[in-house]
Amino acid sequence: MKRFRFSKLMLVLGLLFIYMPMVILVIYSFNGSKLVTVWGGWSVKWYVGLLDNSQLIGAVGRSLEIACYTAIAAVILGTLAAFVLTRVAHFKGRTLFGGLVTAPLVMPEVITGLSLLLLFVAMAQLLGWPEERGLMTIWIAHTTFCSAYVAVVVSSRLRELDLSIEEAAMDLGARPWKVFMLITIPMIAPSLAAGAMMSFALSLDDLVLASFVSGPGSTTLPMEVFSAVRLGVKPEINAVASLILLTVSIFTFLIWFFTRRAEKRRQRAIQQAIEEAAADGWKQPDARRAPAPIAA
Amino acid sequence: MNKLTRALQRIIPGGRQLVIGVPFLWLFLFFMLPFFIVLKISFAEADVAIPPYTQIYTFVDQKIQLLLNLGNYAMLGDDDLYISAYLGSLKMAFFSTLMCLLIGYPMAYAIAKARKDVQTVLLLLIMMPTWTAILIRVYAWMGILSNNGLLNSFLMWLGVINQPLEILNTNIAVYIGVVYSYLPFMILPLFANLVKHDESLLEAASDLGSSTFNSFWKITVPLSKNGIIAGCMLVFIPVVGEFVIPELLGGPETLMIGRVMWQEFFNNRDWPVASALAVVMLAILIVPIVLFNRSQAKEMEGKA
Repeated sequence: MKRFRFSKLMLVLGLLFIYMPMVILVIYSFNGSKLVTVWGGWSVKWYVGLLDNSQLIGAVGRSLEIACYTAIAAVILGTLAAFVLTRVAHFKGRTLFGGLVTAPLVMPEVITGLSLLLLFVAMAQLLGWPEERGLMTIWIAHTTFCSAYVAVVVSSRLRELDLSIEEAAMDLGARPWKVFMLITIPMIAPSLAAGAMMSFALSLDDLVLASFVSGPGSTTLPMEVFSAVRLGVKPEINAVASLILLTVSIFTFLIWFFTRRAEKRRQRAIQQAIEEAAADGWKQPDARRAPAPIAA
Repeated sequence: MNKLTRALQRIIPGGRQLVIGVPFLWLFLFFMLPFFIVLKISFAEADVAIPPYTQIYTFVDQKIQLLLNLGNYAMLGDDDLYISAYLGSLKMAFFSTLMCLLIGYPMAYAIAKARKDVQTVLLLLIMMPTWTAILIRVYAWMGILSNNGLLNSFLMWLGVINQPLEILNTNIAVYIGVVYSYLPFMILPLFANLVKHDESLLEAASDLGSSTFNSFWKITVPLSKNGIIAGCMLVFIPVVGEFVIPELLGGPETLMIGRVMWQEFFNNRDWPVASALAVVMLAILIVPIVLFNRSQAKEMEGKA
């Protein structure tokens, strides 16, 4: 019994450790004093001041644009990768493929950033593309590492799915593509949404990759914040950081809300099906599961 | 028309090839191929040009000349700066992984034992910081740890210390920052593993007279091996190459390889040396990365 209490205590302390600095940061962003360590009463002047900072606003716009494109591309790519890893048991280079999908999760960002930059430079020399580095190259870099996160999230959902529904559709003559669009996609929709939001947030946050592959005139928000932070703590940065925290919290809340709603709906549907089956008073014979016909 | 469709079908790869091919091609082109380019440029020489390195092969008089410059690697071995940067990174990564494990395991355990509805909220609370920029979370600590920051003011107000403690710009600050930033990455895989454990094993052990601690140590810990590996690798590998945390919280004595590489690349514009540093870093990390990929592959196929 004692260990239970110890682990709970650690959980509470750990959560405090995780959240205290962020709470302090948000509180201090409302500090009226120019000195960041002295409390000078509540004020929103740093937030108002941000509106005049056109350089910062431009960076925010660029970051949001990249994050949107990244979310879309990473979900498509990551879902395909997850589908291949969970449903296609044998093909040439499967181990390599698995490694390529999961390695970006842990690869130090400085290595990925440097290698991508060198690739773009080499490509520009050989092919003449990309002519100059900017939003496009940052988008490619972000899509590559975000799709790994999406693949992990989606594949865990794909594994839980009941294969028999897809098999039934296929037995009834639906083409694999149609089965995927009409049956698989709706069933994994919550994890797709979670993956998209995760990619959006990750892309919005990334500093190291963007620093390597960006070009002149494509400074993103984290790069802007970083160059200011290097010089020390500033009240304006407190305000920017608080706004970013707010955005991320809203996203997190939305994810939680959507997954909970999907879960509830699913449980209600299962409950309903059980009740209807009971009311009908007959039981379907237990279908023998045939080995999964893989999309040919 | 029918003929045309059939001909098209023969040329255009089937759905299966397309589904496998698109992500494969993307990852190959933008993730794997670049490493070979890094390897190539690590054998080049720095040059005042755009891009700032020499070509390693030349084609003159119908002869291909391949010129491998090993100087960059020789320099890494000779210079104490680089060696101590590698050692510093490994030490930092090892101890912070250990601390994350010691703090994260009980937390993951408590979440796994929590009620189902509480569990979702707790998980979300752990996950949220991972989506917030490391930059911002580290920045928050800058204000707390500085000489006239909150922590020092608080301790002085309590009367524990008379003079402010020097924490910011030391290795201690980097440890705090790293553990703080990477703790969620330890907890999530541990939780994913712990939550799958069969309660009845623990019940059986306790029926047979095993103490709680004994059954925890002999049943729960060995069963969670895969989670421990995944969590440790998720912390250890990225921390070795970490740049933002040592740059913002560390001082001059904080030598870490990510930071040194960044300086070589951006400040000295020495791309070949930066590439050589990356190649050696990757060589050091290849074993942990393969370990991680294996545990992840098992997880993805649902065999774990």
